[in-house]
Formats: sequence, structure tokens, C-alpha cells
Amino acid sequence: MFVYLSCVVLLLIGLYCVAVKKNLVKIIIGVAIMEYAVNLFLVVLGYRHGGTAPIIQAGLKDPLFVDPLPQALVLTAIVIGLATTAMMVAIAMRIYDRYGTFDVTKIRKLKG
Amino acid sequence: MRVGMSPIVKTVTRVAIGIIFLYGLYIVLHGHITPGGGFAGGIILALVYILYVLAFGKEEAEERLSKSWASALESLGALMFLAVALAGFAGGYFFLNVLPKGNPGEILSAGLIPLSNLAIMLKVGSGLFAVFLVLITFSVVIRKEEE
Amino acid sequence: MMNLLPTFVAAPLGAAFLMLLVSRISRKLADLLGNLCTFYLLAAAVALYFLRAPFQVVTYQMGGWAAPIGINLVLDGLSQFLLLTVNLIAFLATLYSISYMERYTAKDKYYTLFMLMVAGMNGVVLTGDFFNLYVFLEIAAVASYALVAFGTEAEELEASFKYLILGTVASTFILFAIAVIYGLTGTLNMADAALAFPQGAAVARAFIITLFIMGFGMKSAMVPFHAWLPDAHPSAPAPISAMLSGVLIKALGVYAVVRILYNVLGMTPQLSYMLMVLGAVSMLVGVLLAIGQWDLKRLLAYHSISQIGYVILGIGLATPLGIMGGLFHLFNHALFKSLLFLNAGAIEYTIGTRDLKQMGGLSRKMPVTAATSLFASMSIAGIPPFNGFWSKLFIIIACVQAGRLWFALAAVIGSLLTLASFLKFQKYAFFEKIKQGFEGIKDVPLAMAFSMLALALLCLGIGIAYPYAAEYLVNPAVVAVGRGLGYSKTVLGGF
Repeated sequence: MFVYLSCVVLLLIGLYCVAVKKNLVKIIIGVAIMEYAVNLFLVVLGYRHGGTAPIIQAGLKDPLFVDPLPQALVLTAIVIGLATTAMMVAIAMRIYDRYGTFDVTKIRKLKG
Repeated sequence: MRVGMSPIVKTVTRVAIGIIFLYGLYIVLHGHITPGGGFAGGIILALVYILYVLAFGKEEAEERLSKSWASALESLGALMFLAVALAGFAGGYFFLNVLPKGNPGEILSAGLIPLSNLAIMLKVGSGLFAVFLVLITFSVVIRKEEE
Repeated sequence: MMNLLPTFVAAPLGAAFLMLLVSRISRKLADLLGNLCTFYLLAAAVALYFLRAPFQVVTYQMGGWAAPIGINLVLDGLSQFLLLTVNLIAFLATLYSISYMERYTAKDKYYTLFMLMVAGMNGVVLTGDFFNLYVFLEIAAVASYALVAFGTEAEELEASFKYLILGTVASTFILFAIAVIYGLTGTLNMADAALAFPQGAAVARAFIITLFIMGFGMKSAMVPFHAWLPDAHPSAPAPISAMLSGVLIKALGVYAVVRILYNVLGMTPQLSYMLMVLGAVSMLVGVLLAIGQWDLKRLLAYHSISQIGYVILGIGLATPLGIMGGLFHLFNHALFKSLLFLNAGAIEYTIGTRDLKQMGGLSRKMPVTAATSLFASMSIAGIPPFNGFWSKLFIIIACVQAGRLWFALAAVIGSLLTLASFLKFQKYAFFEKIKQGFEGIKDVPLAMAFSMLALALLCLGIGIAYPYAAEYLVNPAVVAVGRGLGYSKTVLGGF
């Protein structure tokens, strides 16, 4: 239970970064922290006490495996996170090119 | 002006690139027996190229494999994956595993899965180094405008 | 017929990647490939109406693996209804973008991203598995982030960045909720999770519902999660604005909320009241913020928030007439809001500005645009015999029948303020004296005009023939939603 709560705390730390920080790059890092927190939560969900890695090897007799399904889900989620982070970084670079700053309070052309 | 890094790094890179490439291929081909598979192997192959860019400089690396080749390989990888999925129609269902499945634990087993691993390796590897190339090229544009 | 279902996702994916290879040969081939693909999708979506027996739920097992191990594609009335909406607007938008996107340099990459977005939306609507829903949601969302930033001007990049951050945070919440569901039930299949959900876990259930409402509420732009929409929709190119406002917020947001809250978790009176309050607040806040706008596309974006409020109010009522009104309004809104955004794009294409104060008297020079926008404005304001009138009437009557008189009053007030807003749009854009420098303009090219005329005729036609539309189009969807937790039984077969 303690492990799950610490994943939620990590998620909230990431959310704090996104909400409060003023530098674009720090906001991107905050989103990355949130993604790590959810991936960690998924992997820990699959843990079984006394289990081993879920790979079939010749010679092992009827072992207790941890759940492999969350591991596959986390692989996919990491790939999606990679694509989204690449997009965020590319757009942040182009924003620096146009506005000359990474400061969120100065990037406010759209109002109303 | 010296392009790339020092001669020690360049010599070690020339040796290491072959080994890393072979390791990446091993991970892809054994994707249905050991952990890894298409995605992890593809990333390792992309890292081979990134290592080359870091050690030798961008211009020389772009002669070897340019951006248009990267995007063509990426589309080919995706189309190959789609072809693997549509081949399942021959058995009646989308994505069905139609090739014969050998004994578990050998390389030539598990039907269509090694082919889909290869397709994913192409797509992920070329995708990642295309992203890297685009981000590196853009920063050069910014620095040139500042001069 | 069953083999038709995976092609809804496979065809646009194949077209997207083929486009990049084909466009090295010629640019016209890219146009042709994109339009062929969406035409095929529209034909397939219409064909489903004739191939599927009414009230029959079709389940397609991918790879031959049976549920709950395998991933299923589930086609019931609600999925079919949304498939038709998504593919209809996609076809008309690709037709429109043949002419409109000529002024952007990377037209083939535009078509690639567009096809990826359509593939993602079709996948979200068809799938019967939670994680598959998340993957397709992300495909469509990342494609739309790139499309909003397509022109790479300063304002478009800022809008896209805001949309990106909020969208990724929302997707993270959705993934967290899916992880909690997996932890509680041990399965990812929607039908199976509905059955295996533990009875007494009230705290976990409330947590999951909160996370889903936060995540999908942001995707469907409910107030208080609407902050990205007024920046993102105006900055996108016009056919993308039509797709975003017309189908993306519905297929990703409203459909997912309906499917999960009705068919997987089960609707309760408290949940229904919460949806109704969210809907009513969206209605009023959207319309009040729209009144002071002078930028045409920003005005339309705020009205999108308001009309989605109507849909959520209708669906939240949880009575058959309410759900019918909400879903019918979803379809109508796709039609008339896309038409309005295409009109705004046509005005921008000829004059070059979106500011209402600089337009005037366009009805003489641009007859097609003026006539179609008149149809669309009358539809959104709810004037008979157009389609908007009937769907709003259903929602208001359903509110009164359920005894929620204050909500009915809010709906009527929202409708009156919408009428005021669109009278302003019509007056300033089309009916005054034409400004200097604009005398030499002509109307839009044929591809753009054809899409706008088709949508306008559909608005009028569905309004006149509303009993047939309600019976054949919307009623199967209402039955599918009203099945509630019985969804599991029909998908998994007898047990």
C-alpha cells in the first residue's frame, strides 16, 4: 500500500511542476515525471511476492511468475511518452525561435 | 576547426560501432525468446547512428545516412508491419499468426512474430534518428542566425 | 461484414504511410490517395447500416484470440453512429483541403497527420479493450497536436503547446485510472471489467470516476477543463478546426465518457446529476464568453464549448428521450459546426482576416458561403425546420419530463444567447456595406464549395426528415447506451 501511495505522491510532484513552474523546459520535465509515476504504478501492480521474471527457460520447474501484462502495457506507454516528449521539445524549440524566451508569462499573444 | 571529438574517441568508436550494431540485431532477432524485441533493438540501432554523429560531427554522418533515407525507411517499416497484420486475413482473422510455429525456444518459431519485430525495428530505429537529426539541424539554424 | 471492421483502422494507417512514399512522385497523387481513403471509409460506414441487423452487437476477435485474453473490436449502435459521424466529416474536410491547403508548403505531411488522426478516432470508437482505447486516443491526440501547430506561426505554436501540455496531463490521468481498474479487476477487456468489478469498493470507484471525468472532460472541453479550446481551434487550419470541433472532442471525449460511465461502471443518480451540472455550466459559460468575441473562429470555438454542454446535459439525464436528444445533438453539431468552421476558412481564404469588424457585405460577392453560413447559423440557433431545433427541443422536453425545470430554463437561455451571437456574426460578416479594398473578391473554388453545400443540404435535410433520422440513425445508439451494464452479456455471449 505504501508503494502505491508513493507513486501517487510522485504524480502530484509532477503535477506541481506543470502547474507552478515558469520555464517551458521545467514544464516538460514535470510532464515526464508524471509519466514515470504512472508507469511505475503499473509495473508495481504486477508484482507477486516471491515471483521471478516472466521468461520461460528450459530447466525451470513451475516457478511463480510476476504478471507480464503490465510490463507490456508499460512498454507501450513509454513509447507513447517518447513520441509526446519529442513533440513537446520540438515545439518548445520553435517557440524559442519565434518569441526569444522560454518564460511562460511572456508567451501570451493569445488573449480573451 | 576540429570537427567531432578527439582521435581517441574516434578510434574507439570505429571499433565499438560494429559490436553495438551486432548486439542490437541480436536483441531484435531473439525477440520472441528473450526480453527485448523490436522496440529495444530498434533504439539500440538508432543509438549506433547517434554515437557516430557525436564522435565524427554532423556533416560526415549525414553523408552516410541522410534525412530522406530515414523517412523512407520509416514508412517502409510501418507498411511492412501493416502487411504482416493484413496477412492474418489469409487465416481468417486480422493479425492471425499464419506461418508455422516451431518448437518454443528456437529462432525459427512463433510464426509471424519475428517479421513484425523486424518491421518495428526499422520503424523505431529510423524514427528515433530522424527525430535526432531534425533537432540537431534546427539548433544549427538558430546559431547561424545569431552570428 | 466482420472483416470490414479492422479496415477502418488499417486503411487510414496504410494511406498515411503510403502518402509519404507516394508524394515523392507527385503532389496530386497525395490529394488523390487521401480523398480515396476517406471516401472508402465513408462508404464502409454507410454500408454498415445495411449489413448489420438492428440491435445486433458484432464482436470481432483480433488474431483469433477470444476475450478476455484477446483484444476485441465491438460494433454496437453507438459505435456505428459515431463511425458515420467521424467518417462523413473526414471525407468532406479532405475534399475541402484540396484547395485550402495549397497555400501551406507541406501538404503531403498534412494528409499523413490527418489520416493518422482519423485512424485513431476510428480505433477509439470501435475498440472493446481499455488499453487499446488509450493507445488509439494517444495516436489521434498526438496527430492533432501536430496539426494545430501546422502553420508554425508564433500564435499557432503557443496554442499547440498549451493544448499539448493539458492533453498529456489528461492522458496521464486516464492511464492512471486504467491502471487502477486493472488492479481491481485483473482484466483489461471492457465487458469483462464490468462483470469483475468488486461490489463494495466505493472509494476506488469514486477515484476511478473522478480520474476519468478529469481526463475525458479535458479531451471533450467541459468547463472547467476548457482552457485549451479557445486557443487551439482558431489557430489550426480551417479543415482541421472543423475536424477538431466537429468530431475529435466528441469521439475522444464524449463517446469515451458515455461508454465507460454507462456500459462499464454503471450510471447512478449522483453521477447523472453531476453530468447534468457540468453540462449546464458548460452551456452557460461558453455562450457568455462568446458574446464579446470579435475574432470569428474564437467565437465559434466558444460556441463549441456551449453546444457540447447541451450534449452532456442530454446524456446526463439518463432517460431515453434525454439520451436521444443528446446523441442527436452530437450528430447535428458535427454537421453545423464543421460547416461554420469551413465557412470561416472560406472567408479567411478570400479576404485574409478573421476579424468581424473588418468584414462586411460579403453576401453579394460570395453567395455560396453566405447561403451555407445562413443555414448553419439558423441550425445552431435552433430555428425550425433545421436540425438544431429538433435536437434542442428533445433535450428541453426531456429536462421538463424529468422534473429538472431549472436545467430546462438554462438550456432555453443558452439558446437565446446563441441566437444573439449568430445574428451578430451574420450582420457583421455578410449584410453591411462592403469595405474598401474588397470589391474584387470572388467566391471559393469548387472543392471547398462542394463540401460546404453538402453539409448545408444535410443540415436542412435532417431537419425536415427528423423522424426518419431519429428512428434509423440515433435510435440504435440510444438502445446501445440504454443497455447499461447489460453490455457485458451481449459482448461475451451467453454464460
